Amino acid sequence: MFVFNHYNKNMENSHVIKVEKLVKRFPIGKGEFTALNGIDLQFSRGEFAGLVGPSGSGKTTLLNIVGSLDTPTEGEAFVLDHAVSRLSAKESAWLRRKELGFIFQSYNLLAVHTVFENVEFPLLLLDYTAAERKKMVMDALEWVGITDKAKSKPPQLSGGECQRVAIARAMVKKPSLVLADEPTANLDAANSHNILKTMENLNRDLKTTFLFATHDDKVISYLKRKIYLIDGKVDKDEKIINQ
Amino acid sequence: MKIAIKLAYRNLIGAGLRTWLNVIVLSFSFVVIIWMRGIINGWNRQAKDDMTAWEIGGGQYWHEKYDPFDPFTLSESHAPVPEELIPIINRGEMEPYLISQGTLYPRGRMQTIIVKGINPKQDIFLLPSQKLDTLITDAIPAVTGSIMARNLNITRGDRMMLQWRDAGGTFDATDIVITEIFSANVPNVDQGQIYISLENLQKMMNLPGEATIITYRDGHSPGLTELDGWNHKTKQELTSSVDELIKVKSVGTSVMYVILLLLAMLGIFDTQVLSIFRRQKEIGTYIALGYTRRQVVGLFTVEGTMNAVLAAIVGAFYGIPFLALQAKTGWTMPMDTSDFGMAIAQTLYPAYSAGLVIMTVIVIMFTTMIVSYWPSRRIARMNPTEALRGKIQ
Repeated sequence: MFVFNHYNKNMENSHVIKVEKLVKRFPIGKGEFTALNGIDLQFSRGEFAGLVGPSGSGKTTLLNIVGSLDTPTEGEAFVLDHAVSRLSAKESAWLRRKELGFIFQSYNLLAVHTVFENVEFPLLLLDYTAAERKKMVMDALEWVGITDKAKSKPPQLSGGECQRVAIARAMVKKPSLVLADEPTANLDAANSHNILKTMENLNRDLKTTFLFATHDDKVISYLKRKIYLIDGKVDKDEKIINQ
Repeated sequence: MKIAIKLAYRNLIGAGLRTWLNVIVLSFSFVVIIWMRGIINGWNRQAKDDMTAWEIGGGQYWHEKYDPFDPFTLSESHAPVPEELIPIINRGEMEPYLISQGTLYPRGRMQTIIVKGINPKQDIFLLPSQKLDTLITDAIPAVTGSIMARNLNITRGDRMMLQWRDAGGTFDATDIVITEIFSANVPNVDQGQIYISLENLQKMMNLPGEATIITYRDGHSPGLTELDGWNHKTKQELTSSVDELIKVKSVGTSVMYVILLLLAMLGIFDTQVLSIFRRQKEIGTYIALGYTRRQVVGLFTVEGTMNAVLAAIVGAFYGIPFLALQAKTGWTMPMDTSDFGMAIAQTLYPAYSAGLVIMTVIVIMFTTMIVSYWPSRRIARMNPTEALRGKIQ
């Protein structure tokens, strides 16, 4: 059986993500499209960082590789000390299950499940008891302020509420890393700020590393580190010390 | 697996009407297949029970030359009842009967028939043989079956001439009077034959103490497998024709099962294929949250198979009362069964066994699982990043 090496959350200086000479090419017709072209990046624990750039700059591709949903063509991405390209399907599933949280642009909630069941889902895969799951789900719903919607189903919720459920689902297992792909793209300004405030608080309180892929100015204004990508290359890497 | 079952259940219930339509169609398959198999089993049991009660008892000894399919053997297929069987016959546990050919002249017509001589006091068969004890001075009392009576257009009390040829080859004739017309589900005891008392037939044939067939009471086998000049026929051998017939009928009705199953499976297959196209984002989400693609295939397979589980539960709700009622009141065939030429009652009582129910459930579950798994295999080839975006692959 596969034994997963747990990332040591107390190691303040260790890198949650380390990307070395990363290249990703996609076949297009008879040719190839280079989405990522020699990326070198490192992210430490507790960062609130974002990949910023226009469409086609490679943000989502990099996020997918870091999320072990895709593999690099060349180079390597280390996530919590695991080389993504060397993980088997089972191992990468374990990595996502235990250490990663995902937040998507279109929420990707399970429509036929209630809010409680949606948030409970990652815990079902981690062998928690029913009592533990209930407590953890209610805690997560409290973090995002939607405990009163626990029995509702996603079609009954607003866009902002759906994204809150998605955040609760990503955070409920207290992962080491949360990957958020355009999390505010479908939200109005007020909801976007609420969501971002929530994520900022969770980052501060739980020391969870957040990595965004975005071109939304509202998100960018919250980021403490901004990596600008253009045509698959890092154009600029800005760290904001005092925001 | 536990999680897959939990999720599959939530997904199925959440899918609402689509799930219930599949489940209801599949539950019909469960109930109708069990009912149809029950009817076939019930017919099998009824046919054998009726044959036991009317024709073959617990088994028979046939004279070695007797061939039921060759009437020309009848003139030679008789012999004195073996000595060792006489005490058993006297105890009423065995009954000999003599068989001969004859010609009947009902209302001026001529009809070749089989004449069977039987002890009027016997109680091994349901034949109303006691009516052969009726006192008639100038004729021989006879009984016959309802099919024979209908074919000859005769009724109780009718008198007609019977002509026969005795063991020495001499033709003779006498009048008979029909004292009873019985109704049996076994055509072999009815069509083309009349019954008179054994003593009368032995006298007529000049064959005192002789018989063609000796039948023993059900469950009272004398244990003599070898008897000189006689062939022992077990109940199993004598009812093998019913088994053959049931086998042929079972193959025929299997076509119905296949059609029913196909209809139900079509719905499930269609739902599965549609799900895989419509639920790509969901599939991608499962993978992002920590499922392997193989586990997602498993989840969809369990989800499809669970249709059969729900169908079994729904089917049980209305199926158990329906099947129980059918077992009690039976199913009356819409047409007259007396001309079918086989041992079949007008009303058939379905007989269900645990084996029948379990086998039906297993076959439907297994078929549903295959049908659910087949389209789900596509998921294993899906790119999770494209699935997450809901991009058709």
